[in-house]
Amino acid sequence: MGLLSDPVRRRALARLVLRLNAPLWALPVAWLERTMRSVGLEVYTQSFSRKLPFPDETHERYMVSGTNVYGILRAPRAASTESLVLTVPCGSDSTNSQAVGLLLALAAHFRGQIYWAKDIIFLVTEYDLLGTEAWLEAYHDVNVTGMQSSPLQGRAGAIQAAVALELSSDMVTSLDVAVEGLNGQLPNLDLLNLFQTFCQKGGLLCTLQGKLQPQDWTSLDGPLQGLQMLLLMVLRQASGRPHGSHGLFLRYRVEALTLRGINSFRQYKYDLVAVGKALEGMFRKLNHLLERLHQSFFLYLLPALSRFVSIGLYMPAAGFLLLVLGLKALELWMQLHEAGVGLEEPRGSPGPSAQGVGLASLVAPLLISQAMGLALYVLPVLGQHVAAQHFPVAEAEAVVLTLLAIYAAGLALPHNTHRVVSTQAPDRGWMALKLVALIYLALQLGCIALTNFSLGFLLAATMVPTAALAKPHGSRTLYAALLVLTSPAATLFGSLFLWRELQEAPLSLAEGWQLFLAALAQGVLEHHTYGALLFPLLSLGLYPCWLLFWNVLFWK
Amino acid sequence: MAAAMPLALFVLQLLGPGGWCLAEPQRDSLREELVITPLPSGDVAATFQFRTRWDSELQREGDTDHYFLRYAVLPREVVCTENLTPWKKLLPCSSKAGLSVLLKADRLFHTSYHSQAVHIRPVCRNARCTSISWELRQTLSVVFDAFITGQGKKDWSLFRMFSRTLTEPCPLASESRVYVDITNYNQDNETLEVNPPPTTTYQDVILGTRKTYAIYDLLDTATINNSRNLNIQLKWKRPAENEFPPVPFLHAQRYVSGYGLQKGELSTLLYNTHPYRAFPVLLLDTVPWYLRLYVHTLTITSKGKDNKPSYIHYQPAQDRLQPHLLEMLIQLPANSVTKVSIQFERALLKWTEYTPDPNHGFYVSPSVLSALVPSMVAAKPVDWEESPLFNSLFPVSDGSNYFVRLYTEPLLVNLPTPDFSMPYNVICLTCTVVAVCYGSFYNLLTRTFHIEEPRTGGLAKRLANLIRRIRGVPLL
Repeated sequence: MGLLSDPVRRRALARLVLRLNAPLWALPVAWLERTMRSVGLEVYTQSFSRKLPFPDETHERYMVSGTNVYGILRAPRAASTESLVLTVPCGSDSTNSQAVGLLLALAAHFRGQIYWAKDIIFLVTEYDLLGTEAWLEAYHDVNVTGMQSSPLQGRAGAIQAAVALELSSDMVTSLDVAVEGLNGQLPNLDLLNLFQTFCQKGGLLCTLQGKLQPQDWTSLDGPLQGLQMLLLMVLRQASGRPHGSHGLFLRYRVEALTLRGINSFRQYKYDLVAVGKALEGMFRKLNHLLERLHQSFFLYLLPALSRFVSIGLYMPAAGFLLLVLGLKALELWMQLHEAGVGLEEPRGSPGPSAQGVGLASLVAPLLISQAMGLALYVLPVLGQHVAAQHFPVAEAEAVVLTLLAIYAAGLALPHNTHRVVSTQAPDRGWMALKLVALIYLALQLGCIALTNFSLGFLLAATMVPTAALAKPHGSRTLYAALLVLTSPAATLFGSLFLWRELQEAPLSLAEGWQLFLAALAQGVLEHHTYGALLFPLLSLGLYPCWLLFWNVLFWK
Repeated sequence: MAAAMPLALFVLQLLGPGGWCLAEPQRDSLREELVITPLPSGDVAATFQFRTRWDSELQREGDTDHYFLRYAVLPREVVCTENLTPWKKLLPCSSKAGLSVLLKADRLFHTSYHSQAVHIRPVCRNARCTSISWELRQTLSVVFDAFITGQGKKDWSLFRMFSRTLTEPCPLASESRVYVDITNYNQDNETLEVNPPPTTTYQDVILGTRKTYAIYDLLDTATINNSRNLNIQLKWKRPAENEFPPVPFLHAQRYVSGYGLQKGELSTLLYNTHPYRAFPVLLLDTVPWYLRLYVHTLTITSKGKDNKPSYIHYQPAQDRLQPHLLEMLIQLPANSVTKVSIQFERALLKWTEYTPDPNHGFYVSPSVLSALVPSMVAAKPVDWEESPLFNSLFPVSDGSNYFVRLYTEPLLVNLPTPDFSMPYNVICLTCTVVAVCYGSFYNLLTRTFHIEEPRTGGLAKRLANLIRRIRGVPLL
């Protein structure tokens, strides 16, 4: 599965690259400082360092230390209470230097104007999102992710809005806008509308999810394209990853989006003046804002740039799905009640004993499945060094493989939990367990759907039908296969295929497997570096819950 | 401008008699002056001061009662033209003659910094303070930005700055002068040239640094008569080295940390950049009641250690009545950053208490720092060599400290705000309607009705009833 086929060589290479961590490309800090100062900004730098929990093979990072440079344009005669941010995340190579150039040009232009009412912060971050995270944490003087960074020398009040810019060439054919942020948070729709207005005004070609806007909504083609884009957005939002450095701003209630310049094979190209004009327009509009963007469009899905599906339309779908769980639970409750009454009357034995057995039999499976979840959350990162010593794998691979091993082991363990307690009434046992599991699942999915609708809906659509059907009678193999296919990991695997299919770049099975492993590693890393909640949600919440249904299926 | 922070402070100072203003004042006098300070960055600071005194028959008895001293801040207010116009009307010459012709709103508000103030105080006319004069002092400071107003050029003239020149002094003024800071100007290293060349100069220690000023007296006929007008010009002979401006010994920064709408932390960073001297700072904070301070979380750290303030005065807030008042005397160690932080919880206001634009946030007034800062003059070892030997016997002279009062930036804090949009209004309206309907229905349903019979019949009926009672027949 690794980069090289021979495990020993692979390990050696990985160690070499990651331990030495030779900076292949470093931010020219002194030059940036000088240039920003000559433009007339107040310039500050911030250094940060972070040791990742395990080596990041996709970005080739392990021990990271970098420097952010930012310049503040003070608004004349204002008291530095509010500010706007224009940020350019620079990665490990010089792919984003055109954006830095545009940032400097905009700074020089903005400095000569007197109409600014809010300070403007021009921020260039190293190690793209890591630098942004370090800067944001230092700006708000909090430490969420264990980042070590020097305190900021200059601040400019409450940040009202931010725009992140990524340009890889000095000619663009279109501008792609990314809205999905950390944990599926979205910026206020008004910010997106603002961008779209200026795109139309400047005649720029704007894309969403890298796709052109559907033009013809009357024929079948337009809505189909819209559906495609909607699904892409749902998948991206469900992943909970910050799709661009704007995603990290959203935690601090700073409305933000990322603009990406795309240079594809189109005839008509725009130079950076057009992009700069659109940005200037956006900043002037944001500068005029009296209040933060607050009107109630924070929850939406986008089938096109100019159309949205509001929460009032999509939430009932999730609600009806969860209603299935609720109704099923109610049915089980009534069955249990009837069974209890039926048992009590002929035998005349006191009720509490039967009830007591039912509850006691639940404790073991609940505890064991929760323990499995905890192990899934803690062990991979904790035991990476042990695994790397005893097996021919690198740390990153060790984490992913441990993750998969524990996940699979969980399937075997709960089979035997029922042996811990001897139950007189086996039917009551699994019914009570399923009742608890159903309520647990409904609660979790409800909470997830409220915070990150896409994730909640995706999980509900896959897990709810089989969860409602699971019972230890009938054809168990069929149920088992269904249950495995709808487990969280399988959902992730399937989503990757759907994602690439929608992007019109289909995956082969081997590629899909590689991508799946990389996604697992990224998920764990993003939890530790940015505080993404997908990994703990799946490992501590949904996986144990799913194990309960597995337990119900194999109840004897 | 490191911290361009215009604060509109309309200060009403009421100083008691027996202060430092006992000198026999001139009666009904006006003094006006303009100080122009070219900064190394190419920006130019201009400060106007107008002082008017007039006699008053108002008698003052006894000392100022400190019980009546009040401190209030309006952090939201931004100075604009509507503040300047009434301010100008207080001047004896209005904007017709003297230095006040330069006060043209469109130029003054084309600057990067603007500060405007009015001070009024009584001044004793004799030693026993039996009669007083009133003193009105109006100040206006602006900083012209080389980038914005100078179009990148660093040469300045009065005309360029104010689009006016000086033609005549105010006839009412007893003194009318323009001071130009020419500290950098000397013969061997010509960096700055002033035109017309000054006739007199003035030297003093201002804010701990030695300054030289060129004086142009408008009452001196020679100043204006030569060319009918006075247009002072500043020229940088050599572009000033792009060196960092010297960092002041005391500066401060204030911010809100944390995220989310439940809790937060107010942090104030106090910088003492003096290489070897520590000095105390009096920190005064007023925080609105809707930020509920947790006083036990007050931490003061400098250089990684706890810094215990030598004096703390805390007056807790009362909801809707008074804000928190926190006053501390903190010793700042030499060359250090001191962090004063205190956590707070954001209160939920009643829905009528929100301002018209609640999502803008609520302002927290700036902290006020008062300190005696060691002066730059005393810090320079060069002066020791030139000064007489007896100076070293008494190393701390009077000029070794100067008083500074600093205002940090105001803060903008978001409180948990209901969505004052259409759905919210609908909910409010519906609730009101339901409450009204429910109230009246409940009233109707739970009330028991009695039919009260009218009292009819007089004596005849009573008599009839009496007879009927005797007879044992039911009453009427």
